[in-house]
Amino acid sequence: MLTLSHFLILGGIIFSISLAGVFINRKNIIILLMCVELMLLAVNTNFIAFSYFLGDTAGQVFVFFILTVAAAEAAIGLAILVVLFRNKRTINVEDLDTLKG
Amino acid sequence: METFVFYLFSTFMVMSALMVITVHNPVRAAFFLVLTFFASAAVWLLLEAEFLAVILIIVYVGAVMVLFLFVVMMLDINIAELKRGFVKNLPLAIIVAIAMFAMIYFVVSSEHFGIENFAVPARHAADYSNIAELGQVLYTEYVFAFEIAAVILLVGIVAAISLTLRRRPNTRHQKIEDQVAVKSEDRLRVVKVESQQRKYEVGK
Repeated sequence: MLTLSHFLILGGIIFSISLAGVFINRKNIIILLMCVELMLLAVNTNFIAFSYFLGDTAGQVFVFFILTVAAAEAAIGLAILVVLFRNKRTINVEDLDTLKG
Repeated sequence: METFVFYLFSTFMVMSALMVITVHNPVRAAFFLVLTFFASAAVWLLLEAEFLAVILIIVYVGAVMVLFLFVVMMLDINIAELKRGFVKNLPLAIIVAIAMFAMIYFVVSSEHFGIENFAVPARHAADYSNIAELGQVLYTEYVFAFEIAAVILLVGIVAAISLTLRRRPNTRHQKIEDQVAVKSEDRLRVVKVESQQRKYEVGK
């Protein structure tokens, strides 16, 4: 029998994996963006699980808006990445220290 | 049966998520992320969120991940350089992940969110429409948020295009403001030619 806890733990596992991914791939901005997408996926799974088990559609509406904002965020993030690569010829995070005092 | 489907697709999800963060090639990472999205769409179907499961595949796999792949393949990335420090950060990453999961687990374990606190709701009938129910609240209660989401998408379009638009000096562009402002005098010049006396008769 599937309980709410199953889905929440699945979301927790995915979130922890993506957090580990942020630590492992500290240099590659593209993988960092992918890890952020994974985190949003984990959160969305939690929202939908609660929406189903509480019988409230509001959770699904929230997921809808999160998907919208995440799509806009990915588009702008990748645009910034392209401009960054055009100007500095690298996407290594450690090379992006222009603002360092 | 449902339990089997859940465990099958969550295994897929966790495995492909692990591959996303460990694989060396960003293109492969993007493909494994696509697999993660597919598996989680199946999990969402189990939760009767049919519309969002379809949207996840259309919007995420169809648009966002294609955009990711496009950018990854367009940029000429030195993978070996980016993977330096992978092993060095690995223990820290594992510790942080386990600590994070332990904290989450203490909250969401079956002790708090188990079957005795949250009863499993009965399945809807076959003619139940998830889209109708979602649209019912989306266009009434959340219509303001819906319009703000539209504005956010518009801002996203404008920001992405204006960030990446680049005018090279040696290429030719259409200057629309010049084209609109042009007058007929700029294009057509009437030259007055003096009529002259014929010098000699033809055929004489």
